[in-house]
Amino acid sequence: MEQHNCFHCGDVCDTEQISFDEKLFCCNGCKTVYEIFSENDLTCYYDLQAAPGSAPKEIQGKYDFLSKENIIEKLTEFNDGHIQITTLYIPHIHCSSCIWILENLNKLNSNITASQVNFGKKNVRITYKATNFSLKEVVLLLSAIGYEPYISLDDFKTGKEHVNRSLIYKLGIAGFAFGNVMFLSFPEYFEVGEFWIEQYKHLFRWLMFAFSLPVVFYAGRDYFTSAYKGLRSGLLNIDVPIALGLTVLFVRSTVEIILDIGSGFFDSLTGLVFFLLLGKFFQQKTYSFLSFERDYKSYFPIAITKISEGIETPIQVYDIKKGDRLLIRNQELIPVDGILINGKAKIDYSFVTGESDAVTKLSGDKLFAGGKQTSGVMEMEALKSVEQSYLTQLWSNDVFNKNKEDGFTTLTNTISKRFTIAVLSIAFIATTFWLVVDSTKAMNVFTAVLIIACPCAIALSAPFTLGNLLRIFGKLKFYLKNASVIEQLASINTIIFDKTGTITSNKQSSAIYHGDALNASEELLLKNTLRGSNHPLSRTLYDILDEHDIITLNHFEEHLGKGIESIHQNDSMKIGSASFVGLEQDVSILNTTVHISSNNKYKGKYTFYNSYRKGLSKLFNSLKSNYDLVILSGDNSGELENLKKLLPSKTKLIFNQKPDDKLDYIKYHQSEGAKVLMIGDGLNDAGALAQSEVGIAISENVNVFSPACDAILDASKFNQLFRYISASKQAIKIIKWSFVLSFFYNIIGLYFAVTGQLEPVIAAILMPLSSISIVVFTTVATNIIGRKLE
Amino acid sequence: MSVIYILLSISIVVAIGFFVAFILAVKSGQFDDDYTPSVRMLFEDELVKQNPEQTIKTKKTN
Repeated sequence: MEQHNCFHCGDVCDTEQISFDEKLFCCNGCKTVYEIFSENDLTCYYDLQAAPGSAPKEIQGKYDFLSKENIIEKLTEFNDGHIQITTLYIPHIHCSSCIWILENLNKLNSNITASQVNFGKKNVRITYKATNFSLKEVVLLLSAIGYEPYISLDDFKTGKEHVNRSLIYKLGIAGFAFGNVMFLSFPEYFEVGEFWIEQYKHLFRWLMFAFSLPVVFYAGRDYFTSAYKGLRSGLLNIDVPIALGLTVLFVRSTVEIILDIGSGFFDSLTGLVFFLLLGKFFQQKTYSFLSFERDYKSYFPIAITKISEGIETPIQVYDIKKGDRLLIRNQELIPVDGILINGKAKIDYSFVTGESDAVTKLSGDKLFAGGKQTSGVMEMEALKSVEQSYLTQLWSNDVFNKNKEDGFTTLTNTISKRFTIAVLSIAFIATTFWLVVDSTKAMNVFTAVLIIACPCAIALSAPFTLGNLLRIFGKLKFYLKNASVIEQLASINTIIFDKTGTITSNKQSSAIYHGDALNASEELLLKNTLRGSNHPLSRTLYDILDEHDIITLNHFEEHLGKGIESIHQNDSMKIGSASFVGLEQDVSILNTTVHISSNNKYKGKYTFYNSYRKGLSKLFNSLKSNYDLVILSGDNSGELENLKKLLPSKTKLIFNQKPDDKLDYIKYHQSEGAKVLMIGDGLNDAGALAQSEVGIAISENVNVFSPACDAILDASKFNQLFRYISASKQAIKIIKWSFVLSFFYNIIGLYFAVTGQLEPVIAAILMPLSSISIVVFTTVATNIIGRKLE
Repeated sequence: MSVIYILLSISIVVAIGFFVAFILAVKSGQFDDDYTPSVRMLFEDELVKQNPEQTIKTKKTN
């Protein structure tokens, strides 16, 4: 069969094909969006990128809460009654067409005065006239063209987000001062003793002094505070020798120009701060479109519909009280624990557990917060408030308030302790020597040693190596929260995997048929019956079965929560649960099954198995020699036999683990010296991810879902995990080699310093030279690692 | 007064001018999004559309 792709969204048009304006569409939604665009002369949308759109979803009633005044107040950043400005997060933003269409929203509705996209953050800032347009209408318009915004409880926080740009300011100031001081100190490098320089050198020197003031007292401030904090907690971190070097540089230079001894080291001073800040800036690669700090708030809705005395009113989820009657629509999330009152409930707990199959609940059953309703409307009664619900309580655990970096000593800080002690000893020995030989030079030598030993190159090794690897990983769809994660990753010895959604894939399952073989006409009928059903299991089974002709059914009926039945000519077929097709007892309890009966005679069943990610066995086999491997699953042990076959025999398999159990398991092993890498995907892993040394979240779609973690790994790159860990270990080796390289420069510098020959020009050459060669070395070396990874 | 004072003051004034411009640029958020503007500047031509149907058709044939 030839494949046709939808002109709007690019999906394969398999079940439905709509022709319009000589183009094919996969559904009416896509066609409607195309119509909207063509009516408004915006078809250029399709010229910039082929099939850029997404099909609009059913949103009836979903955004009613946006007409509430206090919610509008929270979501708009500016509101004077006439003009409102709001920033909305739109996950679908992915190409230049998206930017183009969203910045031309004013063509679709004249009440929108301006819209500006931030591609990195995937949000759009919309200004509109509030007098005849509303926030709800803005959201509906966006949804209608396939750009549904994502509004969660997280948006409901008070106060504006503070953007911290201080590093850019500091870098700018240091760079500005460095450039100017360089110009001003140049004449004195070469024209010593000339007539004109003798006349003007004092002016030049005092200008340099002026330029260096903001560098020392503003741009370099962090190094002093960090060194002070380090010393107070008894740590000789890398900032201690840096702060010492900066102080000595500034004081000695100032004294030199006051007493007219020399030109000072202002060039080295400003250059040093500039290079150090550059390293900091480089390391600070952030993925603004990803969030590593998400908790349940990012997934929960802002408002929910409350029913009181037959009237539906949207209320804020924080205002839900025990005993409230709530209305949950299709595709809405259950915000609190409660009891199902009426309606068909089919709850998808994939947010919580990673498990993709929906669970059917009956009236009177308990519902847990975090589940998503997938079949129609239901009513429930709240039993708890949002903060007290089973899932949300996990976040009251202490692990979520701890900063992982605090307890971790980086390689740089480990080396800086010995380095600082060595430098101070050299300085004192050299000074004592000169006090005996030539006491006039003693002070000069002492300061020179501290200046030249300022560990600029050492401080730059780690930021540039890790920063560059962070970018390389990012290109390979492995997104790290910050550079120190690489160091932590290199030191782990235990790897713990979650099962569902982590080592199994959400999308495909495999199904095996047990029972009497189906004949050709039965297979034909089966496929065509499944075709009409939208139930997830039907869709999965439909995709697994072979292609057949399309026939028209005489009768088709879907019984919600039970199954489907169909009649074609003289044959009838029932597909669904065991009781529905007429089987007395369901023997398999652990696995998901679909039963089939033909002409009221039981034929057999399809049993669904988890489909494991590609390369799983291979990955485990390459990991097993160096790491302890554990599978920690919240599910039952139905897959135990299957996993035993797939994985190396020493892998520990532990089932039926609650979120807290996972956290405690990791805590226990950490107390025994394990350095744990946890790999999970659902909110139920959030505690374990936070407790472990490194928590990696696996995600099928990095834009949509991932709990708080240290790194997000795209599911398609799961089998590369071993290589990523090895690359991190190699990065640590590179850092060690660049330490060796910078010691080499330090020894050269120390020779000049100890012998009392350190001229400003030597310092000014040596310092940038060592820094630049370290940057070049680490960049080239990490790029070689990166090339091997691809 | 020597010419070098004039030159120095001019050069410093110019340098500080650029520096202030940089600070203002950072403050106004120009460095917050470094991708979208690079795409946006290429859209200039598409905004005025003579015959939208034509482009779609030509696209289909090739």
